[in-house]
Formats: sequence, structure tokens, C-alpha cells
Amino acid sequence: MRHVFSVAIGPVGFRVGSDWRGPIAALEQLYASYPKPQDGIADFTVRLFADRPWRRLFRPKVMIGGDFVLPEAAPLSLEHGLLAAEMAMNLQMALGQRRYLLLHASAVERDGKALVMTGLSGAGKSTLAALLMTRGWRLMGDEFALLDPATGLIHAFPRLISLKNEAIAVMESAAPGMFGPLLADTPKGAIRHLVPDTRSVAAMLEPARPALILFPTFGHDAATREVAPSEVFVRLTQASTNYVALAERGFTALTQLVVETPARAIDYPDTESAIAQVEALWASL
Amino acid sequence: MATLYRAASPDSLIVVPVDLLTAIYHRASGQTHLMASPAPEILEALTEAPLDAAALLVKLRADYDLVDADPAALAARLDELVETGLVERR
Repeated sequence: MRHVFSVAIGPVGFRVGSDWRGPIAALEQLYASYPKPQDGIADFTVRLFADRPWRRLFRPKVMIGGDFVLPEAAPLSLEHGLLAAEMAMNLQMALGQRRYLLLHASAVERDGKALVMTGLSGAGKSTLAALLMTRGWRLMGDEFALLDPATGLIHAFPRLISLKNEAIAVMESAAPGMFGPLLADTPKGAIRHLVPDTRSVAAMLEPARPALILFPTFGHDAATREVAPSEVFVRLTQASTNYVALAERGFTALTQLVVETPARAIDYPDTESAIAQVEALWASL
Repeated sequence: MATLYRAASPDSLIVVPVDLLTAIYHRASGQTHLMASPAPEILEALTEAPLDAAALLVKLRADYDLVDADPAALAARLDELVETGLVERR
């Protein structure tokens, strides 16, 4: 490929090749503070390419490729090349990760203990993780939490934080950090990437013991309820993209996690309430 | 002769009581099952030796103090367990 970029995000190395300079330049800028893959060897390769030679120049359309592909993936416009790169990297993780049980969840850490937040798209797990990062927590990831079957620890995967729609303005006023370009009218609405803070990037190889699993839901009066381990188990098997692939290791890791880790569901009317609920729960552990 | 039932061998199962429900991983099929009582007890009772439904009912009554054990309900649970592959008919 003409343009190449590589980066280590947590324990995972990526190599991104592109027919265009633009997406690579954006990645180089936003991931400037991240290390390169250990020994220069990437775990996953991503390709951004034109589906027809003339599409490199004429109304450029970015196709996503790599070690693992979804046959139905639609091309994106070149203005959304950064999103294409991020989606492609997520896809490699979702389909190809075999070492860790992948939980579709955000995670933050304090005092060596991890808070794991999961829920449906739009529940606010990404925004809450980003906000907690600005309030003294270390961001471990806004999209995937990596559960190590060998140790039961959560490993960080602090890729760029993907803010969508209303969350963009919330974080623009809350975080002084570095943002990527505003990507308007993507298939997921407006998206803007936020670079995790220096501390979160510097500590990205430090795993943490899971201490609380949270299922946030936005749009209701503040409420908290306990969630039974068996319900957590079912929800997390659904929130994992590689539970079936990991087979026995996945089962053992997940049953251990749900038996040992308390879980709560919270309803919250606004992000300030959610932060207060999280802090209160954390203090009561 | 009455149908005998036998549980999958203990080597092929990982059984983890999670709360009121029990999680069971079946190595032979790669499937995960989440089961409520009395399914885990039935599996346990059918581990040592195959039993027919009447003998199983007697054993469950003795081992687990089941006072209102109902043969029809037990037959339904056995059918479900056979469906999952965790119990086989012989």
C-alpha cells in the first residue's frame, strides 16, 4: 500500500495501509503519543483501498479490508477515512481477537480497580467513560474491555474515544484534550474522536482487577438496582464478540467474572447524575 | 423395558453455580447452558449410572427432599435435557 501507519493500542499492534495519505495523516496526528507495536510486528492488518482504480482520485470511496472482513461492508467517502480506519481496526478486534475475551464495554480504572460499563448502543458508556477520565479516572477503553482468561484481569484498549452526536458537545466543553476532525453525516450520525489523556495512554499496559460491572441506561429518573450474576452472564455473552470462539476459556473467564464482581444497573437523567451515582456506588464497594 | 437416561460424562461438563441458576459448559457441543433447578440436580443424579424415569424420581426424592415431585413434570424436564444433548436416552 502507498501509505502505512502502525500503532500499539494496549496489548494489540495494528498496521494500517491506505491508498490515500489523508486517513494516515489523521492517524499519525491523533495517535502521536502511542507506542509502535512491539518488535515492529502487528497483530492485525487493516487496508483502506479504492474498490476501482479511478476511485482513488474521482469521488474517492474507501473500502475496508484486512485480515478479517465483513462482505457486506459499504464503502465510506474519503472525508470519513479516519472513521473507516477506526471501524476497520475495531472489526479486526471483534472478529480476530483470540487471546482475550472481548467485552463490548467501556472501562475506567482507579486505585488499581476497574469499572466496566456495558449496555446497548446509546446507553452512554462511551460518554461516561470519557467524562470519568476528566474526573481523575484512568480511561482503559471506550469500546472494548479485554478480559484475560489466564488472570481474570481487565486489560486496557484505549483507542481514540468515538464521540457521537450529543456527546461531542458534552466533551468539547468538559475535556481540554485533542480532538480529531468533526465527521458529519456518517452512517452513525456526527462523529468526533477524542484522544485519551496522557496518563491513560502512558498506563495502557497496566491491567486492573474488575471491581464493578455497570449497566447504564440514559433517559430516566436516577435509580440503581442490583443485577443477578446469571443476568450479567447472559448480557455479557451477548456483549462479547468472541465468546463462542474462545470456547471453554471464555466460559471459565466469564463465570468467574460474574460470580466475583458485583453488578448494578443505573438509570440516569443526565451525565452529572450518572457521575454522582457512579461515585456513590464506587464508594460503597 | 423402560427407557434409561444417562447424563453426559462429568469430564465433558464444566458446571458453575452462578446464583439460583447454574451455568454449564458442554465440551462435546461447545454450547453454554444456563439452567434452573431441578435440571442440574437431574444431571447430577444421572451421572453415576443410567436410570429410568421412575428410579430417577425415587433418587431425587431421597437426595433432594422433593416432596411434591411430579412424574409428568420430570418427564418434561428430561425431554428438555435430551434436547440439549446433556442427557441421552438408551
